[in-house]
Amino acid sequence: MATKTKTNKTERDGETLTKIEKLARQVLTQATKGNNPAVEIRTRTLSNVSFNTKRKIIELGDRTQSREFFNTAMARKFMQTLLVASGCKTLIEEGKTISIRQMFYMTKHTLDGSNENTFEDQSESDPIIEDLEVGIDALREELHLFANRRGLVVGKLTVNDAGDTIDLSRMGRGGWGIPSICESDHLKFVKNSAEFILLVEKQAVWHRLNEDRFWEKYNCILLTSEGQAARGARRFLQRMATELKLPIYILVDNDPWGLYIYSVLKQGSINLAYESMRMAVPNVRFLGMSAFDYKKFKMPRAAEIKLTKEDIARAAQMKAYPWFKDTKWQREIQAIVENGFKMEVDALLTKSISFITEEYIPKKLKDRDYLQ
Amino acid sequence: MLDTRSPDRLARETVTKTDAAPKRRATAETMATRQREISVSEFFTKNRHLLGFDNPAKSLLTTVKEAVDNSLDACEEAGILPDILVEIVEVQPAPSPASASANEAKERTQGGPSRFRVLIQDNGPGIVKPQIPKIFAKLLYGSKFHRLKQSRGQQGIGISAAGLYGQMTTGKPVVITSKTGKGRPAFKIDLRIDTKRNQPDVVDEGTVDWEPEHGTRVEIELVAAYRGGRTGVQEYLEQTVVANPHMSLTYISPKGERFEFPRVTSELPREAQEIKPHPHGVELGMLHMMLQDSGGKTVKQVLVDDFSRVSPAVAQQVCELAKVNPRTPAERVHGEELERLHKALGEVRVLAPPATAVVPIGEELLVEGLKRRFSKADFYVSTTRPPKVYRGNPFVVEVALAYGGELPPDELAEVMRFANRVPLQYQPKACAISESVYQTNWRGYELQQPKGSLPVAPMAIVVHLASVWVPFTSEAKEAVAHYDELLAEMKLALQECGRKLAAHLRARAHAQRESMRRSLFEKYIPEVAQALSAILGVPKEKTEKPFYDALPSFVRFADDGKGDGGDGGGEGGAAAARTPDDAEEVGKTAKGAKKGKPEKAAKGGKGSKVAAPPPEPPKGAGSGKRGKPKRGEQLTLAE
Repeated sequence: MATKTKTNKTERDGETLTKIEKLARQVLTQATKGNNPAVEIRTRTLSNVSFNTKRKIIELGDRTQSREFFNTAMARKFMQTLLVASGCKTLIEEGKTISIRQMFYMTKHTLDGSNENTFEDQSESDPIIEDLEVGIDALREELHLFANRRGLVVGKLTVNDAGDTIDLSRMGRGGWGIPSICESDHLKFVKNSAEFILLVEKQAVWHRLNEDRFWEKYNCILLTSEGQAARGARRFLQRMATELKLPIYILVDNDPWGLYIYSVLKQGSINLAYESMRMAVPNVRFLGMSAFDYKKFKMPRAAEIKLTKEDIARAAQMKAYPWFKDTKWQREIQAIVENGFKMEVDALLTKSISFITEEYIPKKLKDRDYLQ
Repeated sequence: MLDTRSPDRLARETVTKTDAAPKRRATAETMATRQREISVSEFFTKNRHLLGFDNPAKSLLTTVKEAVDNSLDACEEAGILPDILVEIVEVQPAPSPASASANEAKERTQGGPSRFRVLIQDNGPGIVKPQIPKIFAKLLYGSKFHRLKQSRGQQGIGISAAGLYGQMTTGKPVVITSKTGKGRPAFKIDLRIDTKRNQPDVVDEGTVDWEPEHGTRVEIELVAAYRGGRTGVQEYLEQTVVANPHMSLTYISPKGERFEFPRVTSELPREAQEIKPHPHGVELGMLHMMLQDSGGKTVKQVLVDDFSRVSPAVAQQVCELAKVNPRTPAERVHGEELERLHKALGEVRVLAPPATAVVPIGEELLVEGLKRRFSKADFYVSTTRPPKVYRGNPFVVEVALAYGGELPPDELAEVMRFANRVPLQYQPKACAISESVYQTNWRGYELQQPKGSLPVAPMAIVVHLASVWVPFTSEAKEAVAHYDELLAEMKLALQECGRKLAAHLRARAHAQRESMRRSLFEKYIPEVAQALSAILGVPKEKTEKPFYDALPSFVRFADDGKGDGGDGGGEGGAAAARTPDDAEEVGKTAKGAKKGKPEKAAKGGKGSKVAAPPPEPPKGAGSGKRGKPKRGEQLTLAE
């Protein structure tokens, strides 16, 4: 197994190294010719993404931006881009993988004759890594980088990760942490007996469900993204969707932010639009909470949280996204605004401690009460 | 006493009383007994504010000022480079008739009145002995009142008034020492003014041993107050030094501090030409006097002989316009005829007066003068406007600016006003010079200017008005009157300097920007080169060199000779040299923007580390290089 992984690496790594070297050679040639050395980077903004209605994913457009060295507004970022490129080259050559935070420390040092650092904090280096990914068209794991892992899973599934076989139905109360890189060279699905997948936004809700052994009772795989889903969780979900061919249900808070978490899982995000192909799961189902659940489940007034100005503004913003143009989504968003309040999944506890496990989710599933 | 009468009746009685004819208070005869000549001391006491002796502090300033002005005028007229000594010594506290109260003691510590001896000594031509008493102890005696010539003093009242003030406040005579040449005796004369007759009274006289070859020394003891600040003696002297670069001054203050201002040029101002009155500027009373004093000439002859720029043909024309027979004896022109003649003189087309009558300081010397006071500014600029005319009087406006350096950055700019090289220290608000500074839009020249205020900048502004006849708002000669022609010229001069200053500031800002860009790039080149070297596996020197080689194409070096603000019209160049880039950030496709900027200063090369500071424009930037005839020399103007 280990030898196989290694040969895979060399092959892919060779390509990545070539890409990095090509970038460097191009920069040096431009400088030698007396031109302004520049790195072309595809623009990662709303204006350069489009919604592919056929594939139902968000895709990055072709517009690029020239990051020039001899430009005071860009020189620093240009320098940082090359530092990260150089750092990645070292990692690939040495066959090591580090976190993006460790990359921050690896490339951070004080500039000669000043007290300025090459990077002041991680918020500066993270976008540069993403820039490099789109700049040379390489995946993050191809650069030997990973983000901090986030997300937990339990359920009727057995996987093999880096040689270890893990039965996800024997994970106790803590669950299994979803690794940040879930490519097939590391992670394989060994055995599956689940019938569906349930992903909940919040860790606390996941704990509630795990403690009630929900996954056992309903024969499913139970995940939490712990907020906005990280790349690992998204890739994990997509692979399960395509390889296990199971229906996926999403349970998020009833507010614009919850809807957006669902939206990112479904069709991708603006910032990582170039990764949508590998991460988006267009057929995930929005189980709840819906604004209409308030009446349906006769929620008490105590479940309400008044909408803030930001919530309303975010709702308006989302209504304008092309991938929310469908009438049922417009209705759902509009219903939140008209309610004038939002609801957390945790608010189901106003009914009873196990209301969510025993009544809410089973009823929604039984009624096929979801959006897609 | 209680009045029990009804209010009605009271009113009626009052009415009857006022109806009666008033009682005669005096007859012509009784009044005649009170009519007599007014003594000069009485006149002085009543009019001291007109002469600059309103209060003890101002009296001290006026005394110094009159003496220094006289000394400078005398030296220049004689063709001597002036060396002037001013010394003020506090003699003793002022005599207080009432016992010194606590209040008075307090006043004194705050610069209240005290007794001072003022000594002013020059190296002028000296004064012949018989003239000394008249000059220093007779009011309204002098050489300057009767002629039209640019000079500092104009009325011949100043120095003797100062002597009179001293005499009235301390009882001490004025002491004059004067010597007219090597080997000649120096006379020392103690003088009083006989205030009844306005005649000098020689108290004591004699010869003394006096080292200087020639010169005059005046000593006056007076009750006065010594103060600093805008209206103080020291301010007056420092400003005088600015407007008189050819003067050397030593000043010893009452505190015993000694200030030396050596001259910065040995070039005497050109002698101002005396001119006859110009028909456009003559006043009715003056015209009447000229006609009366003509000694039997005809009207036409008086016009031709006694006026500037009046030819026989012009005189004929004036007479026809005024419907006055040109052959009328001048003394016989009165009343309506006189008025018609005056009007005709004002209307006739005639050449402007000769510009030789006005002597400006000059652009270069003005900057040299300004440097005597503000030696550590970053930038100096000056402008001398061509001569112009208002109401028949030729005048020249000059402006100089000092900017930056040690001047205070967040304060209002300092304005120094001069009329014929004399500082104007009082009434800035009423003065056309201040008005011209206010009306100039300094915001257009890269400076801050709160509405209706002076600009806020590390800047000193000199405005000099040189004219045969300076129109003051009052006899105190403290502020220049608002004549449109003067204001317009002042503003033009200020604008000219402002433009050059703005060009300098823009060039400086540009150089700073470029220097910052350059050091930014230089900071990152080693990092980029190191990364490239690691990726490509080539030595760092090889990846670094192309960047240093390319650098000059992307930074405009300060030594490319652009925008030095000198030599006229540098402004456009500097503005055009601004860098257009560096604005855009990620998201805006700045494709190929500013690729390979044209650059003529690649000579900076890769080795040099820091951009040189912007070149300092030559003093009096722009002067003397334009191939025009030197201003003020034999130029006549069309009005």
